Amino acid sequence: MCETCGCNITHGNESLIRPGGKLAKTESGKEAVTVLHSLLHENDHAAQHNRDHFDRHNVLAVNLMSSPGAGKTSLLEATIQQLDPNLRIAVIEGDLETENDAERIRKHGVKAIQITTGSACHLDAHMIHQAVHNLDLSALDIVFIENVGNMVCPASFVLGQHQNVVLLSVPEGDDKPVKYPVMFRAADLVMISKSDLLPILNDFKSEKAKHYLHDIACTAPVIELSSKDRSGMTVWLEWLDQQIAGRKAYLQTYRKATPLHGALSPHLHTLNHPVHSNKAVK
Amino acid sequence: MHELSLCQALMQQVDNIAQEREAEGVTKIVIGLGPLSGVEAQLLKNAFPIASVGTVAETAKLMINDLPLRVKCGQCGAESDVTPNKLLCKNCGDWRTTLISGDELMLMSVELEKHKEPEAVH
Repeated sequence: MCETCGCNITHGNESLIRPGGKLAKTESGKEAVTVLHSLLHENDHAAQHNRDHFDRHNVLAVNLMSSPGAGKTSLLEATIQQLDPNLRIAVIEGDLETENDAERIRKHGVKAIQITTGSACHLDAHMIHQAVHNLDLSALDIVFIENVGNMVCPASFVLGQHQNVVLLSVPEGDDKPVKYPVMFRAADLVMISKSDLLPILNDFKSEKAKHYLHDIACTAPVIELSSKDRSGMTVWLEWLDQQIAGRKAYLQTYRKATPLHGALSPHLHTLNHPVHSNKAVK
Repeated sequence: MHELSLCQALMQQVDNIAQEREAEGVTKIVIGLGPLSGVEAQLLKNAFPIASVGTVAETAKLMINDLPLRVKCGQCGAESDVTPNKLLCKNCGDWRTTLISGDELMLMSVELEKHKEPEAVH
């Protein structure tokens, strides 16, 4: 939803959020001002800016979200090993503390930027913006963002990603979608991870997980994957290929239609930061 | 606990509005919150006094309006009031519904304290 065109006001909520007129003077020298802005206005603005960065270089940005320990880093390690070697990738890692996950990625020869959030429970678009400026986007095809392990807060903060992948690991139970509807509704792909455990933890039923996803009107496709025995990897890698192709086709059409705007326009850098360079910082 | 970061973002917006309109203070802030916003009203209320200290809205009253959760069915077109973990159409039972209200996290209005107009001297 945005604040500029009023699309956040629907006929479902209109009667409740429109008080009187635009400006209503009260008797006691007070002024009531109608605002109707998202509280996340600043973050949304920064996220769009990040998206512009990615689009200028035809880079696909994928945000991975899950509980802690659902297998995000293992998925990335398996992906690095099996991905088409022509695809150039980098990883932005979000953790409260330590560089451990980034180091795991770097061992595979892939650039990883670690963001340590301290006490913050999520990544926000401003943190991603700083990380983006430490990456050479012109030499990349995919940027994976591994969000802080948390099923609540990351769902509220868009980062500029093109796709959200939400991991639901088998030990967590198949009813997670109805416990965390905001998170799962944000998913573009739901991945049932650690699927090698399905025969052991047989009270987890993938069909039930899908049923719960329907309960929250989540239309995202569901795949099963094990980073350990590598089952499901082909489907995952195909999905990534489709997203890259889809993104490129979209940008081509968009640039043809609006040659003076958007991703091809001169870079108007409205975000405030001292260094503006897309060159990699070591 | 992202309610504190949200409250800080809120303070920034309120401060901008107060400055634009040359207000002396802010007396009331009204937030609209949908059940699928991912934010707890009570946590937002708890974070407010912390985030507002030293700002123009330090003494403002925070009001939170709960917005309804409604979906429109993609199959039969009916609209239903639903709950956060059951977004099915109440008319035909289909799951392919679209949210028409309920994920808002919105600053709806602020009430500002204005400079008192000097009385005309005769």
